[in-house]
Amino acid sequence: MSDFVHNFFNLHILDRVWPLLLTGLKTTILLSLVIVPAGLAIGLLMALLQSLRIYALRWTVVVYVDLFRAYPPLVLLIYVYYGLPFFGIDTDAFWSVVLALGLNTSAYFAEVFRAGIEGIPFGQVQAARATGLGGFQTMLYVVLPQAIRNMLPDLLSNVLESVKLTSLASVVTLPELLRAARLAQGNTVNATPLIAASLIYLAFLWPLVRLTSRLERRTLTGQR
Amino acid sequence: MQTFSSNFLNWDVIQSYLPDLLAGMWVTMELSAIILLCGLLVGTGLALARMAQLRLLNVFIIIFVDVVRALPPLMLMVVTYFGLPYLGLRLTGFAVACIVLASVLAAFTEELLWAGLSTVSVGQYEAARSTGLTFLQMMGSVVLPQAFRLIQAPLASRIIATTKNTALASVVAVPELLSQANTAQGYSGNASPLTAASLGYLIILLPMVLVARRLERPREAA
Amino acid sequence: MRDAALHGPGQGRAPVILELQGLHKSFGLMSVLRGINLAVHEGEMVFLIGPSGSGKSTLLRCCNRLEEPTSGAVLVEGRDILGRKVNINQVRRRIGMVFQSFNLYPHMTARQNVTLALCKVARKSKAEADVIARRMLDHVGLSERIDYYPRALSGGQQQRVAIARTLALEPRIVLFDEPTSALDPELVNGVLNVMRMLRDEGMTMVVVSHEMRFAREAADRIVFMADGEIVEQGTPSEIFGAPRHPRLREFLSSLGTV
Repeated sequence: MSDFVHNFFNLHILDRVWPLLLTGLKTTILLSLVIVPAGLAIGLLMALLQSLRIYALRWTVVVYVDLFRAYPPLVLLIYVYYGLPFFGIDTDAFWSVVLALGLNTSAYFAEVFRAGIEGIPFGQVQAARATGLGGFQTMLYVVLPQAIRNMLPDLLSNVLESVKLTSLASVVTLPELLRAARLAQGNTVNATPLIAASLIYLAFLWPLVRLTSRLERRTLTGQR
Repeated sequence: MQTFSSNFLNWDVIQSYLPDLLAGMWVTMELSAIILLCGLLVGTGLALARMAQLRLLNVFIIIFVDVVRALPPLMLMVVTYFGLPYLGLRLTGFAVACIVLASVLAAFTEELLWAGLSTVSVGQYEAARSTGLTFLQMMGSVVLPQAFRLIQAPLASRIIATTKNTALASVVAVPELLSQANTAQGYSGNASPLTAASLGYLIILLPMVLVARRLERPREAA
Repeated sequence: MRDAALHGPGQGRAPVILELQGLHKSFGLMSVLRGINLAVHEGEMVFLIGPSGSGKSTLLRCCNRLEEPTSGAVLVEGRDILGRKVNINQVRRRIGMVFQSFNLYPHMTARQNVTLALCKVARKSKAEADVIARRMLDHVGLSERIDYYPRALSGGQQQRVAIARTLALEPRIVLFDEPTSALDPELVNGVLNVMRMLRDEGMTMVVVSHEMRFAREAADRIVFMADGEIVEQGTPSEIFGAPRHPRLREFLSSLGTV
């Protein structure tokens, strides 16, 4: 038992590696704060483009979305990370991660927004247009506000997934939380850093999981 | 442009590594099959267990499901793979990947199915029971088919995500497709194996994505 | 020794199919059934009426243990079905139930709705079950829609399928929980006709319903409940023509003329 505590809950080691983990956490948070808004913005843009009912645009978005929903994010990340230098683009690992994960995330958000927008009855649009509102105004004041309420559970669960995705950055040696934990574990030959990192993730993400669960259940009932 | 194709679309390089890449693709498919099967079965079992309404069991299930859904799968794999040896257990990367990813799928399946079961109207349960069907008969013939139909879109999404996650197994030394491509890329200094691997993944996953898209339609038509 | 209140008028000789003795049901602190005593004879059609919240539906659901009574006894053909050792699934073959919201299985055709329990509970072979299903659906006038899904059927048709589903198991008694309350007015008669037909064939029936005209014309006995108790019972002409208890009078007048 004491062996177990020594190997997994070693306060001594935790003390030593804590700064490292904290730096990693900061990077994780930074990554999330860049990727999630970018994904949301691009996703919304794609969904709006799709709603324009121009065949070519619609098709492009569909291809984009299906491509990045089918493309494993880790493979994409490694591809981008090793591939960018060949294009002469010499950039930080950070931006490779943002690009790859951003592309992935935006595809999922695009789908969520599309479903949300299409879920609003056409009668709403007709009523708005009949009072003279333009297409964009209708979208902004009538469709989106209603759609967002319906989409909240899906948006939230995708935000959760995006934050979890940042852990992939550890594979291309970006010093986010998981990488910090791995390095610390290797250096100290002790599993405590891994447990500590897990607990940190849980502290941030568990509430989000509970919230998502509750919202998901409510939406399902609405689907009948 | 010439540099691009010789670095990314170099058929000679791909050809020389093709056997390894194909072997990796096979491992990926093996992993996926095992994980999907186990994950879905265990998830369904957990949801059914939750119906028994035993307080202690429910607490365990909910905690398990929440933790597994909150932690990044890669984190779970790393903790398991590098942490287990401290407990005296040394599992292969393949085993770890299977256990972890199946658990993740099971957790998501349980949540989805539980929501689905709660949504199937009480009348269905009652009608089935009042004609004398046993609990298992009721679940198997009446309730589960309806519950799965309700959650088929998000479940399909989860199945796709799980298949994509098999790429993470490369981090714990499983010789699946990404791992092989990575090694090939390292040795050859050429990104073409990664292109080939990307194609390989898309071959497996695009059909699934297209099916998932089809599943999202009927609801709108009804 | 025949207690007229328990057994109702004129049913002295027919065997008792269902008997409730001292039935109590509480949900937490709320008492919904307070000591119900009732006996239903073979071939009787008993109507339960009363204001909402009087416990009629709960009473019905206690009869096949969809609700578990807090205390008392439910005797089906003389045997108490409330014991822990009772094989409730086999008992439920003898008791049919028709629900307000039909509760047809949406993922199965009309035929499959009927054959499911036949195969799984009555252990009939698929061929046998099919024959029975066809006969039952024909009996309720739906032989042309035997392979339709519930969503392609009107409410009245769905309810008739539900009745066929119940009859297929050859129950000794059928319980109807507001069978027409969820139907559009023009579809109600279709279902009532089937119920009339069943009564004429001698089926024992207990019906909870607001269809007072139907009750007056078809019921053998009407039981009026309020606040979880049986307040008054009698033949339709007694209940509607000469109501005695003030609660009953109040209830009938709130319905307008029947």
